[in-house]
Amino acid sequence: MFLPTLWFWIVGFLFIGYFVLDGFDFGVGMSLPFLGRDETDRRVMINSIGPVWDLNETWLIVAGACLFAAFPEWYATLFSGFYLPLLLILLALIVRGVSFEYRHHRPESRWKKWFDGMIIAGSALPALLWGVAFANIVEGVPLDSHHNFTGTVFDLLNPYALLGGVTTLMLFFTHGVVYLTLKTDGDLRVRARALALRSGTVTIVVAAAFLLWTNADHGTVLSWVFATVAALALVGSYMANLRWRERTAFWLMAVTIATAVGSLFLGLYPNVMPASNDVANSLTVVNASSTPYTLTVMSWVAVVMLPLVLGYQIWTYWMLRKRITRESIPQPVPTLVD
Amino acid sequence: MNSILSPLVLSQWQFGLTTIYHFLFVPLTIGMATITAVFQSAWVRTSKPKYLQLTRFFGKLFLINFAMGVVTGIVQEFQFGMNWSTYSRFVGDVFGAPLAIEGLLAFFLEATFIGLWIFGWDKLPKKVHLATIWLTAAGSILSAYFIIAANAFMQHPVGYVLNATRGRAELTDIWAVLTNKVALAAFPHTIVGAFMVSAALVICVAAWHLARKRNVETMKPALKFGLWTMVGSGILSVFTGDQLGLVMESTQPMKMAAAEALYHTASGADASFSIFTLGTPDGVSELFSIRIPYLLSFLSTHTLNGTVQGINELQAQYTALYGPGNYSPIIWVTYWAFRWMIGLGLLAAIIAVVGLWFTRKGRDPKRWMYRIAIWAFPLPLAAMIVGWIFTEMGRQPWIVFSLLKTSAAVSPNITGLEVLISIVAFTLVYGALAVVEFRLMKRTAQAGPDAITPADENADRASDPVTVY
Repeated sequence: MFLPTLWFWIVGFLFIGYFVLDGFDFGVGMSLPFLGRDETDRRVMINSIGPVWDLNETWLIVAGACLFAAFPEWYATLFSGFYLPLLLILLALIVRGVSFEYRHHRPESRWKKWFDGMIIAGSALPALLWGVAFANIVEGVPLDSHHNFTGTVFDLLNPYALLGGVTTLMLFFTHGVVYLTLKTDGDLRVRARALALRSGTVTIVVAAAFLLWTNADHGTVLSWVFATVAALALVGSYMANLRWRERTAFWLMAVTIATAVGSLFLGLYPNVMPASNDVANSLTVVNASSTPYTLTVMSWVAVVMLPLVLGYQIWTYWMLRKRITRESIPQPVPTLVD
Repeated sequence: MNSILSPLVLSQWQFGLTTIYHFLFVPLTIGMATITAVFQSAWVRTSKPKYLQLTRFFGKLFLINFAMGVVTGIVQEFQFGMNWSTYSRFVGDVFGAPLAIEGLLAFFLEATFIGLWIFGWDKLPKKVHLATIWLTAAGSILSAYFIIAANAFMQHPVGYVLNATRGRAELTDIWAVLTNKVALAAFPHTIVGAFMVSAALVICVAAWHLARKRNVETMKPALKFGLWTMVGSGILSVFTGDQLGLVMESTQPMKMAAAEALYHTASGADASFSIFTLGTPDGVSELFSIRIPYLLSFLSTHTLNGTVQGINELQAQYTALYGPGNYSPIIWVTYWAFRWMIGLGLLAAIIAVVGLWFTRKGRDPKRWMYRIAIWAFPLPLAAMIVGWIFTEMGRQPWIVFSLLKTSAAVSPNITGLEVLISIVAFTLVYGALAVVEFRLMKRTAQAGPDAITPADENADRASDPVTVY
């Protein structure tokens, strides 16, 4: 029981890391049409996540691989069951990722518009669908005795799950906009703060509703504590924003997302994939996990690698801590000549 | 079940398509990261501006590829669970570990330091910045090892025990999995292949510029470097491939028999290797072939009088072991894929040898020779792809050799329609991106290296943040 529980939390930690980090990438992408008044603005915004989006997205790859290694049954049930939503997430992540790289290769505004559109859609879609997916995991889905999902894609689009989707969408949106107040300067920073305040109020309402609903159905003492911390941090972030305390606002948004996702995982435990039709068909940390030997091997790898990974990633963020301004964007010189 | 909408067949096609597509970018990422690192090392050591130009130029081509490699790679990891959930349940305890180690050890390294490399110019001290590209290259090479170790388990399962109650393979020895002899043989063969692919890109681009007498200063050394890399890795490819062949004969004799379409066990001179065969369409009898006696025996056993088992004998053996069924892969695919792999790879290496001869001591080759060098670009990449088609299709009907058949591995709860939707979606998105990617690569390659302004050369750590996108 100890090893599967440990790995439940390592997987949880990796997903939390993914949502906190790629969450602001999604937010920056989604806010392009609201804050990117001209090409220079848009380039400032994209450059603010340019060096890190790839490493942030890698948290998903690692979370997925650890899920596979530690809980093969969970991985198999979840990924085959949520086939179409995951397909959409994959396609969105593909077009978003290449757009960051491709967009700057040509000067034509038509070219850039295309990739802007793909960045916006490629950010909004996963931000919405991750919430839908995780809400469904917590809520439970119909499973047969072999733990195979027996529902359809329409079962996944229930009101609770859609509220979960809107919650992650709004959380990531605000998170990204707050990130921009921290990473940019001048007019863009001012407008980002104003937008963060507007979206912040919506986020507070939606997130509160979703966390209440979740904990009313699946709450434990600890998950209530986490949900409360999330709510306080979210309101705190809003207040910090009011007072131009951008760093505090950003960190509190990170705490909000971490504790909100943490609250979901706490509400889920010890299940990993509850069956909504018959409790006997549920996947739990015990019947979904790998053998103690595999988990022991993996634990050693994680114990050695995770601190190292965190170390060099923190160092990377530290190296890139400066604000990006319009002046940091070199004005286009026609370099590519046929 | 309607066979056109069979989730199994469609999932096989999807896995083949998405994997081949992903693999268009993988060898270039592995090889170009290292080649860029080599150019940058040359610049840091010598301070010659031409090396900085080459670093930035090939670095740019490397990055256009890198983005595609990253995003198409996520599909690979998700697909096991999405389309092959029965497989995932069966092997997860063993197969997941190398994937997770790959992520923690290699992907994080690669993804973090690539960002620092792109944005760290002028920000990091010169040598630290050089370290970031080497760490990126190390990450990509490490990731290749772990994914090949995972694949090796499918070719030759080791370090596991079968748990009948759980109906799954369970890991008993991670070290055995990570030092699987198939992985130890396939890894170097794949890496030198990646270097051949990248060398072909360097040669192609350099030849294009030299044929037009553009950027001669930088492109002449680049051509030389590309040619030597191609020849060096071509030679290594022969030796590593030979080792892999030996391992294959001992672990998957059916695959070796299928590579030669050898129906009957043969030894000595009869264990010949055919370079070319014309047969009846059903492949049962042969009309004409060019054969080298003893060669198959030598490839399979390193002796001239070795015995190579034939498909029919192996089929009988496997039927006795695993019950009735067809245990041979699609023979015409394995037969021709094996030959095309060797032929295309050898051709690329030979072109490079000839190229070295005609550029010796600073000589300039003729224009038509440059044209050959330019058009030779796809040869090693095509060789690698048919090589992997051979490896994977040669394993059929097994998904994990001797343990689980591909036909039993597909997700039971996905519909043909769902898989059809995903195939169409992947095809459309991948197709469109391929066009954009190719045009961008071409354009960037033809634009040539940017001139180096004095500020670039001796830039200290500027205080301004760097913006690239």
